[in-house]
Amino acid sequence: MLQTLKKHRFLLEELVKRDFDRKYKGSFLGAAWSVLNPLLSLLIMRFIFGHFFGSAIPHFTTYLFCGNIVFSFFSESSTEGLMALIGNAQIFTKVNIPKYLFLLSKNTQTLINFAITLCVFFLFCALDGIVFTWKFLALLYPIFMLLMFNLGTGLLLSALYVFFRDIKYLWAVLTQLLLYMSAVFYSVDTFPAHIRNAFLLNPIYLFIRYFRMVVIESVIPSLGFHVLMAVDTVVVLLLGIWIYRKYDTEFLYYI
Amino acid sequence: MPVLTCDHVSIRYKVGDFRNIGLKETIIRKLKGSYHVEEFWADRDITFSLERGDMLGIIGTNGAGKSTLLKAVAGIMSPSKGIVEHEGNISALLELASGFDPDLSIRRNAYLRGAMLGYTREFMDEKYEEILDFAELRAFEDLSFKQLSTGMQSRLAFSIASLVQPDILILDEVLSVGDGAFAEKSAAKMQEILDSGATTILVSHSLDQVRELCNKVLWLHQGRQIDLGETEAVCDRYQAFLHGEIEI
Repeated sequence: MLQTLKKHRFLLEELVKRDFDRKYKGSFLGAAWSVLNPLLSLLIMRFIFGHFFGSAIPHFTTYLFCGNIVFSFFSESSTEGLMALIGNAQIFTKVNIPKYLFLLSKNTQTLINFAITLCVFFLFCALDGIVFTWKFLALLYPIFMLLMFNLGTGLLLSALYVFFRDIKYLWAVLTQLLLYMSAVFYSVDTFPAHIRNAFLLNPIYLFIRYFRMVVIESVIPSLGFHVLMAVDTVVVLLLGIWIYRKYDTEFLYYI
Repeated sequence: MPVLTCDHVSIRYKVGDFRNIGLKETIIRKLKGSYHVEEFWADRDITFSLERGDMLGIIGTNGAGKSTLLKAVAGIMSPSKGIVEHEGNISALLELASGFDPDLSIRRNAYLRGAMLGYTREFMDEKYEEILDFAELRAFEDLSFKQLSTGMQSRLAFSIASLVQPDILILDEVLSVGDGAFAEKSAAKMQEILDSGATTILVSHSLDQVRELCNKVLWLHQGRQIDLGETEAVCDRYQAFLHGEIEI
């Protein structure tokens, strides 16, 4: 895997550049949108939900931003990833190259966006009076896991999208649902214990919760929390790899 | 020791209910039991092997399964039955313009396409000027790919592809491109690659070309292997078939 990745590094780099150009083609602000977008949605959420939840949740701006940064990384990666195969059908039906490269290219792009937004996030944390401690280093764990989770989701979605074109619309609805179920802009504290635990079944909530515990509460989550996150991630990633392996030479029948 | 063998290769396409009917229809039809997939054998039981330096021509009318067979050899499709085995690296030039992005510049497209053909960045840095000159596109360097005429696009595509240095080369109707002068130039360039000793598979509708270049010929008809052997003998039979003189 690493060997072939090294071999195809040049292609991956060129694909990343191409996808980047395609995405911001013709827009005046170009790549600046990747920072502006999460900021604007943060602003809107702060404005609207600040009324309802702002006074009950400490550090509400940071609280929101934690949810936002994780959720938009996930939703952007999965929505872009969905197109990875179909959008490059003209290539992989004519040239023999590993198909996961297209997805890696999209995910490289969303990872860069995430990294930039993360810098802005830390800036906002500082403004919000958050104290930075060594515990912040623990954030590397959910970031790495989320990246892998995104890759797995992208593999799964892009493969399924080849077979069922409805997936695109279903996924748009599902992401919407997920946004409301991940406690991005509200707190789960008012729910009874069994419902609060049910939230933990949602992997995206886990990532968000991890961020909030470290950044706002300055607590590193329990070992069980880490394991749960790893299990979610590994399952999704393995499923994605499995479907790509199984259907590697079958995709072109469905184009 | 053969460098490429196709051993009883059959390739099946699926046709029928399974595509573009959407999720709902798929589930409904599966429940009703009315979901069915038909099979279409594009190639059946094809067997041949090539020694180093061999040049195989594949001939046959439209729908003979030529391109599908090439895809299996190139590793884009996997045979439903049989095995394809090869030694060394394969370059398949099935469609010269695949992978180009209309909005990108000529340079970026050249690098992208070069990367797909397995070139390295250093190689492209070194050869880019040469590509530009060979394609006669220096004056148009700043245009995006879509602004080029179709002829210019295929000139660029050919110029990039013609730098391949494979052990096994697969060509699908791409021996030469462009108008008069460029056609000659590109044919000469292609001849250079062919002379370099790569084992080559060539699909062509030009029997003259096949007679001139190939030392072995495989004749396919509706997915079946009709004949395999010496160029002249097979080409003569095929020509007779085309003129309706023999039945198969």
